Amino acid sequence: MNDTATALRLSPTNIGSAAATRTAIEIRDLDFYYGKQGKGQALKSVNMSVPANSVTAIIGPSGCGKSTLLRTINRIFEMYPDQYATGEIVIDGANVLDRRYPVSDLRRLVGMVFQKPTPFPSSIRANVAFALSYYERLSKAELNDRIEDALRQAALWDEVKDKLNQSALSLSGGQQQRLCIARTIAVRPEILLLDEATSALDPISTAKVEELIDELRQRFSIVIVTHNMQQAARVSQNTAFFHLGELIEFGRTSDIFTNPREQRTKDYITGRYG
Amino acid sequence: MAIPARRRIADVVAFAFATAATVFGLFWLAWILWTTLRQGAAALSPALFRDMTPPPGATGGLLNAFYGSGVMILLGLVLGAPVGIAAGTYLAEHGRYSRLAAIVSFVNDILLSAPSIVIGLFVYELVVRPSGHFSGYAGAIALAMILLPIVTRTTEESLRLVPDQMREAGFALGLPRWRVTRRILYKAALSAILTGVLLGVARIAGETAPLLFTALNNQFWSSSLNGPLANVPVVIFQYAMSPYDEWHVLAWAGAFILTAFVLLLNISVRVLARKGKDR
Amino acid sequence: MITAAAAWLVLLLLSGVAVSMAWGGRLAFKTFGAHFISGKDWDVGAEKFGAFIPIYGTLVTSLIALLIAVPVSIGIALFLTDIAPRWSRGPIAIAIELLAAIPSIIYGMWGLFIFAPFMAANVEPWLNEHLGTKPVIGPLFTGPSIGIGMLTAGIVLGIMVIPFVASVAREVFSAVPPALRESAVALGSTRWEILSRVTLPYTRSAIIGAVFLGLGRALGETMAVTFVLGNAHDLSLSLLMPSNSIAAAIANEFAEADTDLYRSSLIALGFLLFVVTFIVLTIAKLLLLRINRQLGRTH
Repeated sequence: MNDTATALRLSPTNIGSAAATRTAIEIRDLDFYYGKQGKGQALKSVNMSVPANSVTAIIGPSGCGKSTLLRTINRIFEMYPDQYATGEIVIDGANVLDRRYPVSDLRRLVGMVFQKPTPFPSSIRANVAFALSYYERLSKAELNDRIEDALRQAALWDEVKDKLNQSALSLSGGQQQRLCIARTIAVRPEILLLDEATSALDPISTAKVEELIDELRQRFSIVIVTHNMQQAARVSQNTAFFHLGELIEFGRTSDIFTNPREQRTKDYITGRYG
Repeated sequence: MAIPARRRIADVVAFAFATAATVFGLFWLAWILWTTLRQGAAALSPALFRDMTPPPGATGGLLNAFYGSGVMILLGLVLGAPVGIAAGTYLAEHGRYSRLAAIVSFVNDILLSAPSIVIGLFVYELVVRPSGHFSGYAGAIALAMILLPIVTRTTEESLRLVPDQMREAGFALGLPRWRVTRRILYKAALSAILTGVLLGVARIAGETAPLLFTALNNQFWSSSLNGPLANVPVVIFQYAMSPYDEWHVLAWAGAFILTAFVLLLNISVRVLARKGKDR
Repeated sequence: MITAAAAWLVLLLLSGVAVSMAWGGRLAFKTFGAHFISGKDWDVGAEKFGAFIPIYGTLVTSLIALLIAVPVSIGIALFLTDIAPRWSRGPIAIAIELLAAIPSIIYGMWGLFIFAPFMAANVEPWLNEHLGTKPVIGPLFTGPSIGIGMLTAGIVLGIMVIPFVASVAREVFSAVPPALRESAVALGSTRWEILSRVTLPYTRSAIIGAVFLGLGRALGETMAVTFVLGNAHDLSLSLLMPSNSIAAAIANEFAEADTDLYRSSLIALGFLLFVVTFIVLTIAKLLLLRINRQLGRTH
């Protein structure tokens, strides 16, 4: 508790953070089912408002549904046959969970970076341009500008500017993950979902990515899932604590970590269970 | 604590048996290859690639057979490989969880091991009978039908080897399935798919039975696919079964070249595949 | 969707094969009825065709092939997973797989020109002399030593089937969970005991499946058998005598089949072969699917 509290006090993200302005994502009565005939339930009646232009951290013990929540927001669960969700997820006034809302529009609005860096088997340039060339008609010059822009925002430009045509697989793990971030933000989404995005990285790369997240929140609304409480404290303005598929507590990060209201939150924060 | 003699003897026997079994298997391989090498090398001559297949009792070459085989293998490849890749893609991607995919995958594996002579009879009924004559086209179709299940299976397996995270990353960007398959998955699985295609080509190069009822054979040079077309396996068959020594010699020459082609293709593909894995 | 169409095509082709074989053979089935299967005559002139001899020859040669291939393949699998030094496993495995890559017509030529004469000169006289006089099995080994015959064909078939059974056996042997083997080793088991008490029971379904796979291949093998079985139309008990197999009969006689009934009889033979192979391969696939599930593969 002390480590986290200290981290909080010293964290620049908490200094002068404005009160939550508009809402980026409004989640209402979200339930998530999986398995044969929907026997399992991973999320139960989740109600949550994710504020815009800030970082919201989702924490909780493993199996509590934090990744599932993220995967519901961009409907990536639709890849698998036995999984479905009920309820509403409202972004920009529309319920994106509705099957009628085009999923390609949704995924342009909401970008996702996964735990394991997954560069595509192409050049660095091609990776960043992958979705860009699908969504937008750009001239060669415009495309190059956007690629540079995305790589700069991902703090990768200086490291790769001379080898854009090399295979993306030649980069280190941390660089590959930043490439995935660049690839995702190239299409200028509004929301960024980071699912344990630094878990597979070494500490130096992790620190670089955390710095990145802090810069990116000015342009995007970010939701991160992490099992690392210190990271949540360092990086986020708001935190949601989940347990067994239910949202237990949601509030400003400083409040959650220094003065949680719920007993279960307190138990988790103090390391009673993992 | 020493192991009692009875158990130890059983162990030694098992050891000896397994070693003997392996030596047994390798022995036959060596004998067959050695025979083919010796008989075939003795039969090699530049005339092989210059002259046509001769009438009984005369000497000649295998040029028309090489040509016919080459053309039919190529055409069989062009007909069978794309369909196989498409079907394999369906099984691994578009139809992954569907009932149809499960049935097709099952049926495909049966087609894979089915006797090729039955395929030949089928193409005979389908193409040769209605058209009234044997043809290179029929031969190519038969070869394509043998290639198809091989390519389907290897394409499906190659695509399944690509981790799901790659797919999720592609879909999370909002790309439609076709784009994810074409520009990400095929690229990732490319060498594995190609390996499957090449191994399939090695297999159809040696197939005799289906050609017996489709392309049959042609003693003379013919570049027309619309009639009987000379090909290496059937020439070997007819010449080997004949009583003429000159024909036997040519049969061995053909056998040697066919075996060399198939084995080289097999070995180089496997070596390349292993190298790819180590990387 | 293009890919779905391709998948349907695969299904269509298999049904097409079955239907066209049945259709082509209908004249023969109509003419001879059930007698087609039991009839021992194959008289071209009198237009009387019965499938018994080809069926008999197919079954006998396939049985001999399995008797050779199954123990050898298990031995090879044991060798490759347990005995061979690690650096040699790859090359030896490739070598065994090359046995499968050699075209069957090459087996046929080698069989006809090299192996059959060898059998005629060295093995068959010995068998004739020493086993041909024994009770019960005697009649199996009597007869002129011509080399061409069921025994030779069965042996060649056996060699051809080895790589198929061995590769499945090797795959499942190495997929046995290490924990199982390690606990057996910790209890002081010998190699043979691990094989017979842990590995084989665990992989039993898969091994049986591999055997059926080998059987399916053996039943349908054409060219190798055509060269060394002889195209006999008489039934004989002795393994040293020539016989006929379904595939060999079709391969040998189709070009000369000049009447509708003759042709239809051959196609009817093809239909029988197809049905039997289909059943055998289905059993093989079901057994192998079961072991896949057991081993937790995501198929």
